[in-house]
Amino acid sequence: MPAAELVEATKRYGAVEALKAVSLRIELGEVVAMLGPNGAGKTTSISLLLGLRKPTSGKALLFGLDPNSLDARSRVGVMLQESGVPQMLKVREIVDLFRSYYAKPMPRNRAISMAGLEEKANALVKELSGGQRQRLYFALAVCGDPDVLFLDEPTVGMDVEGRRSFIERIAEFAQLGRTVVLTTHYLEEADQLAKRVIVIDRGVVIADASPEVIKSKVAGKKVRFVAPEIHEKNLDGLPVTAVTIKDGRVQLLTNQPESVLRDLFQRGVEISDLEVSGADLEDAFIALTSH
Amino acid sequence: MITVPKRAPILPMLTRQTWTEFLKLWRVPAFSATSLLLPIVFYAFIGIGQASQTLEGTKVTFGAYFLASMAVYAVANVMIFSFGISVANERGMKTDLLMRATPLPPVVYLLAKCITAIVFAALTLAVLFPFAYIAGGVRLEADQWLTLASRVLLGSIPFIALGFAIGYLSGPNSAVAVINLIYLPTAFASGLFFPKQLLPQIIQNISPYLPLYRFGQLGWDAIGAPTSENVTTDWLYLTGYGVAFFAIALWAYRREESRKFS
Repeated sequence: MPAAELVEATKRYGAVEALKAVSLRIELGEVVAMLGPNGAGKTTSISLLLGLRKPTSGKALLFGLDPNSLDARSRVGVMLQESGVPQMLKVREIVDLFRSYYAKPMPRNRAISMAGLEEKANALVKELSGGQRQRLYFALAVCGDPDVLFLDEPTVGMDVEGRRSFIERIAEFAQLGRTVVLTTHYLEEADQLAKRVIVIDRGVVIADASPEVIKSKVAGKKVRFVAPEIHEKNLDGLPVTAVTIKDGRVQLLTNQPESVLRDLFQRGVEISDLEVSGADLEDAFIALTSH
Repeated sequence: MITVPKRAPILPMLTRQTWTEFLKLWRVPAFSATSLLLPIVFYAFIGIGQASQTLEGTKVTFGAYFLASMAVYAVANVMIFSFGISVANERGMKTDLLMRATPLPPVVYLLAKCITAIVFAALTLAVLFPFAYIAGGVRLEADQWLTLASRVLLGSIPFIALGFAIGYLSGPNSAVAVINLIYLPTAFASGLFFPKQLLPQIIQNISPYLPLYRFGQLGWDAIGAPTSENVTTDWLYLTGYGVAFFAIALWAYRREESRKFS
């Protein structure tokens, strides 16, 4: 039985179709990243899986159950975007509150230390910084020792260092053999953490594979060079994607860098500072979602 | 293979949820201090000066009469404010979204809020009664104290529903203003601060239809003061208001559900 499943799930908000007949299965023990630009349908997918929203058509299942059933929810921990907690409670008090919702919670101090909040255990929520508050939400998500952890853009608004250590904390939890589903638009997070990446764009799953496969499938090579005189017309008919031209600096993705460059030389384009490298996940992502 | 864990036991969850609700309210002085202290401040200003005078044609002192008024004022105040403000705040902070994703059963959430409000209401009485006894020299029969306390706690249920309705219908920043705009004027018009006979005639005509007036009658009757109708009539009125407020709260809750969670 999959931990979480969408079956032909469509979600409409008024005239906007946020999710279009999406089907996906997440098995127990998987660590999955859902990637996509803002408004792609990531948060909608998570909301359907958690029962916070109802699909317009199709089904959302948690452990084969209605996501709104308490049996399903008792096995799930959640970190949502923009959800607040009462300001006038202490960290340890609110962690204890959330622990009481679960049958076999982890010890309070373990949840607090997993989130790296030991020194703030007695602080009121309103005294926490933005990053500390995100870590509190993480503590609340893991304190019930759930089988599945849903994290909706967990590192949004954090600085680079904060994000790095936060990703390590998520990885630590995943190493317990738990299922983790996170949405992000930071691609390196998906690359570091997940064994499986689901790319969503405009309400449709456009790729679902390991980070390596996604990188190799699309990208091939990234070619960068400087060509002050270049015009977009010079690239007509060449096997390139994700082209950006800015102030004479050109970047593009291609599986045939040699023939592209040969054609450019033949077309009389002057090139300097040529650089050819393997595309990273970020490039793959841009290529996948460029319209 | 992961064994399916059972749900968390309800009683410890309810205890923890109630304790946390209580702490949340207790730590907001704008709520806890005004709930506990305002009634005795009003009592000191209005009640004490003429506490020993008797109401016309009875043996009931003004001190006892005004104690009943303030008991009603204090308890209804706790019910409306604690629910109105906490619900509006949770909506404003989107705590409701996170709570909804947890295995907290809605009935536990609701019960915890009710128990907390009743405990708070009982606390206000525990401050007000001794104050009236000592500073106002109020002497009642033991069963009168009990009747007053139990009637104001039971009669406050419609105001729980009103608090919920306001919490769902107003925003987090406007809830306090909305409640004050409704609550204070109707408390005056219901004769909780000055006996009804001293109010302008037009307001005297309206007051029998105000829920707080009916609630007040229950209190005044409990300490032996004359009231305009039989207590049963007052209970019937309050039940009617309770049903109406509950219907409004339910409608507002469903409206919120269909906006946020469908």
